[in-house]
Amino acid sequence: MHEVSIMAEAVRMAVESAQAAGAWRITGLRLRVGTLSGAVPDAMRFAWDVVSRDTIAAGARLEIDSVPPVCWCATCRAEFACADYFNECPRCHNVSGELRRGRELDIASVEMN
Amino acid sequence: MCKECGCGLGGGDVKVGGHSHDHDHSHGHSHGHHHGHSHAPAPFKLDLNRSLMEKNDRLAERNRGFFKAKKLLVLNVVSSPGSGKTTFIRETAANLAGKLRVGVIVGDLATDNDAARLREAGIPVVQITTGTVCHLDADMVSKAAAQLDLDKVDVLVIENVGNLVCPADYDLGEDLRVVLLSTTEGEDKPLKYPPMFHSAQVAVITKSDIATVVGFDRKQALGNLKRVSHHAEIFELSSKTGQGMKAWLDFLVKQRGEIETSPLVLPQS
Repeated sequence: MHEVSIMAEAVRMAVESAQAAGAWRITGLRLRVGTLSGAVPDAMRFAWDVVSRDTIAAGARLEIDSVPPVCWCATCRAEFACADYFNECPRCHNVSGELRRGRELDIASVEMN
Repeated sequence: MCKECGCGLGGGDVKVGGHSHDHDHSHGHSHGHHHGHSHAPAPFKLDLNRSLMEKNDRLAERNRGFFKAKKLLVLNVVSSPGSGKTTFIRETAANLAGKLRVGVIVGDLATDNDAARLREAGIPVVQITTGTVCHLDADMVSKAAAQLDLDKVDVLVIENVGNLVCPADYDLGEDLRVVLLSTTEGEDKPLKYPPMFHSAQVAVITKSDIATVVGFDRKQALGNLKRVSHHAEIFELSSKTGQGMKAWLDFLVKQRGEIETSPLVLPQS
């Protein structure tokens, strides 16, 4: 639902970096979005067309890399794949709430010319 | 129509305290000159690896520093619409009278009804009408806070837009995020909206006076809360009857006491 605000910020950051690099057009944008970030990739793609219109990023290719959640087990000192925030370590069966990945809302790279 | 989520609500700019603020956006591109020959710049890729939330997070940290300097306890109160945020805040302020002074920032898509309700109770309040935006952000809060006399406030309560999704991603510079779950909602709300419930430091079950009537399964709700918000302090209360309020008020007094006595600058070792 707040994907429009997030994508407007993505356009702002991409345009700012393109201008700083002396580029005149943005041709691609790659985002990293954790599956527990609260933002929905389909809604972000939908918002992208709207917010990039009339900017140098109009028509740019949008790629979204989904990042699955990973928890940290302090006992085993190792990571394990998890479903959400509160999960049992498959090795020692202790419960961990320490989420290492899966909440990303990052702009990874911008392609330009 | 709401530009954010298509909910059919809103339609206007963000207003703080009834004044409209213009947002200036810099022109996103330069207009090149024409030489009559073609440029063929080589495409290239720039790695940024930056968070899309960094601007809001930076403004939120600025708010946090400012609030800390003012020795304020700041709460960001979030819930779905109709969970009883306004009544909860009004009763909290009324019961803290004489101990702590409460100021409120209220966010809604439209109307200042909630602010009017609080103002009638004699609480200093600033309304933010977000127009089409489904959450408050750190910039809106900073502008609204400037309209309150913060030297006469000990606890600043921010009543966020009624929405359990979008406000989760926006740090406002609060000390504590307080999520409400009313007994009239399903016990599985924490499981349905884990980002919000997980991000809260405090969870409050409201409308506990009617729990039996509406068939609220307390044990299941607490179990779900503990699964998603395992680190959160949990309170159960009724703003209407006052049942369970004391524990919540004592908690606030203690939290604010810690802020008041904490040093502003870390001692040099």
